[in-house]
Amino acid sequence: MGYTAGVHKKNDGVSRRGFIAKTTIPAIAVASGIGVPQQADAASPAGGAAAGPITAHGPEPFRISLTVNGVVHDLEVEPRVTLLDALRERLHLTGTKKGCGQGTCGACTVLVNGRRIDSCLTLAVMHQHDEITTIEGLAHGDELHPMQAAFLEHDGFQCGYCTPGQIMSAVGFLAEKRGLDEATIREQMSGNICRCGAYPNIVTAIQEAGKSA
Amino acid sequence: MHPFAYARATSIDEAIATVARNKSARYIAGGTNIVDLMFDVVERPSTVVDINALPLGAIEKRPDVLRIGALARMSDTADNGDVRAVAPFVAESLDASASAQLRNAATIGGNVLQRTRCSYFRDVTQPCNKREPGTGCAALGGENRMNAILGASDTCIATHPSDLAVALVASDATIETLGPAGRRSIPIADFYVKPLHDPSIENVLHHGELITSIDIPIAPALANSHYLKMRDRQSYEFALVSVAIALAVEGGAIRDARLAFGGVGTVPWRSHEAELALLGRAPTPEAFEHATSIAMSGAVGREHNAFKIPLIKRAVVAALSKVSA
Repeated sequence: MGYTAGVHKKNDGVSRRGFIAKTTIPAIAVASGIGVPQQADAASPAGGAAAGPITAHGPEPFRISLTVNGVVHDLEVEPRVTLLDALRERLHLTGTKKGCGQGTCGACTVLVNGRRIDSCLTLAVMHQHDEITTIEGLAHGDELHPMQAAFLEHDGFQCGYCTPGQIMSAVGFLAEKRGLDEATIREQMSGNICRCGAYPNIVTAIQEAGKSA
Repeated sequence: MHPFAYARATSIDEAIATVARNKSARYIAGGTNIVDLMFDVVERPSTVVDINALPLGAIEKRPDVLRIGALARMSDTADNGDVRAVAPFVAESLDASASAQLRNAATIGGNVLQRTRCSYFRDVTQPCNKREPGTGCAALGGENRMNAILGASDTCIATHPSDLAVALVASDATIETLGPAGRRSIPIADFYVKPLHDPSIENVLHHGELITSIDIPIAPALANSHYLKMRDRQSYEFALVSVAIALAVEGGAIRDARLAFGGVGTVPWRSHEAELALLGRAPTPEAFEHATSIAMSGAVGREHNAFKIPLIKRAVVAALSKVSA
């Protein structure tokens, strides 16, 4: 699959809004008897004119932009490319890990508009309007994010494979403001599996980062 | 994953028009179920229509109904103060579902349409009448620990996996839809279809019909409700059995009782006979054990899942202790 990828800082050169406007899927007029029956139009909550089917893109690759860690990336992807694969294979942001590929392990956790999700169960093309944060976007230069520092301080890992997902999930968890007791943390972090069993230290790290947050 | 085309809808009408004209088109919202099924090539849509931009995410309390927009995320619905006040068991059923990451992505509309977790359904090398009608059911004589004891047939014993749907069935919710033939309001009791002849048909939605909201009629019993889920591990696991209970008691006698069960039925299971047996009685564990026996009267246990019949009685008694009697 060929693709091109361009990088530009947000609001530098091509603006994100302008880029999206250019790539927005156009609605086409209803023609040749594919229209919606009258009842649906009458029942439309929008109450507007009848809308016809919209043109789909793909399955061949098409151009999208993704805003990752504040940087707008232009790339071409097939619709079937997951957000995880776009991050890793196209943008070479390999900090986000692929574990199970079915939403079970949480190794692929990223923040989308500040909320944690599994990037393996969503399509890259669905996130052109979103702000995506990966593990690479947490630190400020050489200054670690407090959650990264807490994981280091408390040995919140052994092999490290699940760690980017654990940290992104933990950052998302703190933003949800659900409290810091151990039972809450264990329940709310149950979507992140650690085969090394570093859970006690992960809980401690989250508690410490949460106290200073 | 098979290749497919993608369209992002910006209006409800164009979303419906796009899916309705193409038999192999599917809606996509959170994606947590359909993307997984596309990996397993159980789902092979030619086109997916992204509905995330549609204005269907609001949760709105009206005088007599709580309306949850189809695109409300599971996490936002569980955290919503009106949901927690009107029907705590709806929020609890969501809290007990999936993981935090999945709850942030998955929607209410998608949740009630999620496909079974029967492992044979997801394994395309195995016979499965739900996936390929007419091929048989590998679960009947296979690993059926997670499978149904109620509403099954010799064609299919797959459970419906949604926790939320169990609480919604107990709530007398309605599924509000818009489709090529117009608007419908479908009582959830009429929404799910048991697997008799064609287990691939799981609900009464027509192709292209879109869930716009789920409406819960406000009732005093729902405010005194609880959802209890029993599973092989404490978190992030599907139910072995689950219970949605809601209770209104006046002067020591039950005035309104709702009892619905998850993990046991091919559809979210509610027993009106069991509820009727509770009316006017004192809310004692014995009364609820008796009611549960009525609800389970047609239950068929198989090699690995017969334990569900005694377990569900204990679950009901445990759930009863969590509501005020």
